[in-house]
Amino acid sequence: MKEKLQKIREEAIRQMQEATTLDKLNDIRVAYLGKKGELTSVLKGMKDVPAEERPMVGQFVNEARTAIEEKLDEIKKDMEKKALDLRLKSETIDVTLPAKKSNLGHRHPNTIALEEVERIFVGMGYEVVEGPEVEYDYYNFEALNIPANHPAKDEQDTFYINDKIVLRTQTSSVQVHEMEKGKLPIRMLAPGRVFRADEVDATHSPSFHQIEGLVIDKNITFADLKGTLEVFAQELFGKETKVKFRPHHFPFTEPSAEMDVTCFKCGGKGCRMCKGSGWIEILGCGMVHPRVLEMRGIDTNEYQGFAFGVGLERIALLKYEIDDMRLMYENDERFLKQF
Amino acid sequence: MNTALSWIKAYVPELDCTAQEYTDAMTLTGTKVEGFEKLDADLDKIVVGQIESIEKHPDADKLIICQVNIGDTTTQIVTGASNVSVGDKVPVVLDGGRVAGGHDGSKTPGGIKIKKGKLRGIESNGMMCSIEELGSSREFYPLAPEEGIYILPKDAVVGSDAIELLGFRDVVFEYEITSNRVDCYSIVGIAREAAATFGKEFVPPVVKETGNDEDVNNYVKVTVEAKDLCPRYTARMVKNIKIAPSPEWMQNRLRASGIRPINNLVDITNYVMEEYGQPMHAYDMDTIEGNEIIVRRAKDGEEFETLDGQVRKLDSSILMICDANKPVGIAGIMGGENSKITDDVKTVLFEAACFDGTNIRLSSKKLGLRTDASGKFEKGLDPNNAIEAINRACQLIEELGAGEVVGGVVDVYPEVREEVRVKFEPERINKLLGTDIDEETMINYFKKIDLGYDEKTREVIAPTFRQDLHCMADIAEEVARFYGYDKIPMTLPQGESTEGKLSFKMRVEAVARDIAEFSGFSQAMTYSFESPKVFDKLLIPQDSDLRKVITISNPLGEDFSIMRTSLLNGMLSSLSTNYNRRNKNVRLYELGNSYIPYELPLDRLPDERMQFTLGMYGEGDFFTMKGVVEEFFEKVGLKEKITCDPNAGKTFLHPGRQANIVYDNKVVGFLGEVHPYVLDNYSIGERAYIAVIDIPSIVELASFDRKFKGIAKYPAVSRDISMLVPKDMLVGTIEEAIEKRGGNILESYKLFDIYEGAQIKDGFKSVAYSVTFRAKDRTLEDKDINEVMEKILKELASLGIELRK
Repeated sequence: MKEKLQKIREEAIRQMQEATTLDKLNDIRVAYLGKKGELTSVLKGMKDVPAEERPMVGQFVNEARTAIEEKLDEIKKDMEKKALDLRLKSETIDVTLPAKKSNLGHRHPNTIALEEVERIFVGMGYEVVEGPEVEYDYYNFEALNIPANHPAKDEQDTFYINDKIVLRTQTSSVQVHEMEKGKLPIRMLAPGRVFRADEVDATHSPSFHQIEGLVIDKNITFADLKGTLEVFAQELFGKETKVKFRPHHFPFTEPSAEMDVTCFKCGGKGCRMCKGSGWIEILGCGMVHPRVLEMRGIDTNEYQGFAFGVGLERIALLKYEIDDMRLMYENDERFLKQF
Repeated sequence: MNTALSWIKAYVPELDCTAQEYTDAMTLTGTKVEGFEKLDADLDKIVVGQIESIEKHPDADKLIICQVNIGDTTTQIVTGASNVSVGDKVPVVLDGGRVAGGHDGSKTPGGIKIKKGKLRGIESNGMMCSIEELGSSREFYPLAPEEGIYILPKDAVVGSDAIELLGFRDVVFEYEITSNRVDCYSIVGIAREAAATFGKEFVPPVVKETGNDEDVNNYVKVTVEAKDLCPRYTARMVKNIKIAPSPEWMQNRLRASGIRPINNLVDITNYVMEEYGQPMHAYDMDTIEGNEIIVRRAKDGEEFETLDGQVRKLDSSILMICDANKPVGIAGIMGGENSKITDDVKTVLFEAACFDGTNIRLSSKKLGLRTDASGKFEKGLDPNNAIEAINRACQLIEELGAGEVVGGVVDVYPEVREEVRVKFEPERINKLLGTDIDEETMINYFKKIDLGYDEKTREVIAPTFRQDLHCMADIAEEVARFYGYDKIPMTLPQGESTEGKLSFKMRVEAVARDIAEFSGFSQAMTYSFESPKVFDKLLIPQDSDLRKVITISNPLGEDFSIMRTSLLNGMLSSLSTNYNRRNKNVRLYELGNSYIPYELPLDRLPDERMQFTLGMYGEGDFFTMKGVVEEFFEKVGLKEKITCDPNAGKTFLHPGRQANIVYDNKVVGFLGEVHPYVLDNYSIGERAYIAVIDIPSIVELASFDRKFKGIAKYPAVSRDISMLVPKDMLVGTIEEAIEKRGGNILESYKLFDIYEGAQIKDGFKSVAYSVTFRAKDRTLEDKDINEVMEKILKELASLGIELRK
């Protein structure tokens, strides 16, 4: 009996090892372990086995069953793995085939630059505000200490609607609106469109953008102006950027300055971009002229402030190395898609 | 403003620095140097040679062989020039030397190296130079021959450095002078700044008393009628004029300043104009009738011939210099043909006046005539400078032997311009600058630039040439300039903290940008002004409000003459640009203002309304655009759904494919397919779609508040409704009905089929919706749904819709 069982077990395992498909394997399982299978029939023949031997035979049968089942399981898993390996292999793709993109649109370089500037100043507690683009002559000039006979008021620079309304030539006019609100201290950033009567060419446009900054508080100093703009320059152009302040003249600031930054292309060694000087002029700034404050009823004994104005296109053109300003207003997708 | 370093050094003798050092230091104290040119940069080994003999070249008709004495030796040079003779002194570039360019005036960067060689077989050891080869031109050397060697003065020392002799061992600086520093539009002004910058002594020209013992007041009388336009008029007279070339040193300085030397008389007036910043004029006294000068306004319509031979039309705003009978010059701009100096002049009347800057500027513009003189006057000159300048000119006349100066001065100066005194407040200056500079240091800075200081009253005294100093802040700038902007510390503002933020409108704009870009639209920017012709191009009706535009009174041209009332033209023009450059599937958006006047002509500022404008052609259709619009409205937190009203009435859109975007019965925008005629007008060769959303309307409705509503726990149940709908009925009407009767268990509905065709009876279309119900608190039972469905179906039936079973 024992030998018979041993033989059945060996035969079953041999057949299983020869099986090539899961179906075949299943047939073998049925043939040995099924209701009419060989092992089952051995069990059915137990009644013919002497009672004292039965436990032993039972144990043999169970051992054979377990061995067959284990082997069955092992071969089955092995087969499944082979099948999966085969499938995975057949599913190999060329990962260098083109991607399926969602064709996102692109932001205008002006906006990208503006958002960078806004991020920097909002972080320093500046509120971003807007003012009218069609503006009273008074706000654009007189309130900024530009008297009626100033050359800047000439028609060749300013677009006039009539004798009291102009297209603003500078975002500095927003300073006046902000001061008029009567709330101090002020930390303001005012981006926007400005207009000058310049013919269109590679470096000029009759319509462009400026960003105006204004801080008014007790104890604001020229040193604060320098420190603030240094932070700005380093955030915008990189930590290693150096700044240089040169005296300049604006009617609405005194003292006034222009700020240069070390050329962000060559790092100050001198290149084509900075015309060999290592420096690039970036913005105009200064301490708010006392007359501008006085006109708004701000006590200059108590309050002082600084202001600065940056050309947005200037930043964008320099930062993204755009060589022709006209591209900014043509809206050719081949241009826009590079940003 | 261009000046030679040598001229500055004449008044700052100790100045010793390289051109780059000068540039950097002057720029940091506020006299911005834009650049400099070393006149000898491309010149090397050029000496004075004297031609000792000339013989013909044996093998070339156009060449001659010269033996040239170059000091220690004589060398042979072959030349093609025909203007040299034996005994002439000429600039000779030796073997291995360099010249600046070709004889045609073309310049070669780095210069051209000259080597000895053979010309048609004859040895030539160098080259004799034309003025062009030396880097200049006949414009500045009127006596140089048209094509030939530049002949040096007879007293030139043979063998000496010709570059030095010609004044080319010099650097010319170009400055950008700010409009407040009128005094720095002069050599004296810049020299004063240079001396202060480098801490050297400033030695201005010493003007000596000049003139014979006669009195000019006996020769000529001056009356200023237009006192408001002429604060000061000074005049002096020179007799027995001897016209001759001015000396080389004067010519060289003028050339460096970009002024062409003419003759001693003209050169002196130009020289003084550069040196003192005071324009002068010289009249031929023999043409002045009645021995009288009258300064008055022109008569309206009066005509006058200026010395350039042009006849100018005048009006009463223009100031004239006249004699007893006639005008002889336009004040501060240009003299008259009738009184101009000729080579035969015997007696000259010099004028150095101060005119109202604004008036000169406006007159100059009106006449379309801008001169060196008007350019200076229009900045507003210091009247106290005029007398210095005229006396300096007379001194030069005497020094150059150009004539006999008559004693005395005619000086009409009714209101003397006084110095300005500003309170000296060192603490406030430090408080403004954020510095800790002591008083004494500040006072020393003032002295360096000729500002006075009154110890008793503690006042800074600004001389009249410093018209820019009025208040503490002005004085602070003087301190800062010489303390050094670079030395002022860098700090950050202290004090009350403020909230950094964007406005609510800017947040709405940011959402618009995000949605547009996510949907494939790139950001465009177009001009705020456009042509009045765009309305016809857009088929805008004559009576449309869009045509009520703000007009610019001085536009760059008609194409830029009106402020846009919509962004449509900008968008379509941009699409057109892309289409015509063969860009495919273009999608653009712009966020920009339209300018809507409250009244015309404009009295108040207009309503600036930001319009979110989208445009596209290529892939996609009306519903693609509608999708973008709806995404935007969802993202800005509009509570209700927007609806599309097909009765938009836009003439520039396809009549059957346009809609107003309506929210809560208010039109907040529109969208549609562009009308074929308009596409034609913009040369766009395929269907294009536009959407416009009025941002101010959205700002009122938007909200960024979000509340979590929970995730549904109970199952949803869907029912399909299939119906026959009258052809003209909008599906929007069906959706309204579903929403109206769906009750609070209605979750959503979705159109899944719409069909018109053979199997459908005439005048109808087949429409099918899947409607989904769900309750928050329980699993719905058939009974609940049947109840609601019945209401919906009843509502639909009442609209004339047939339900298909």
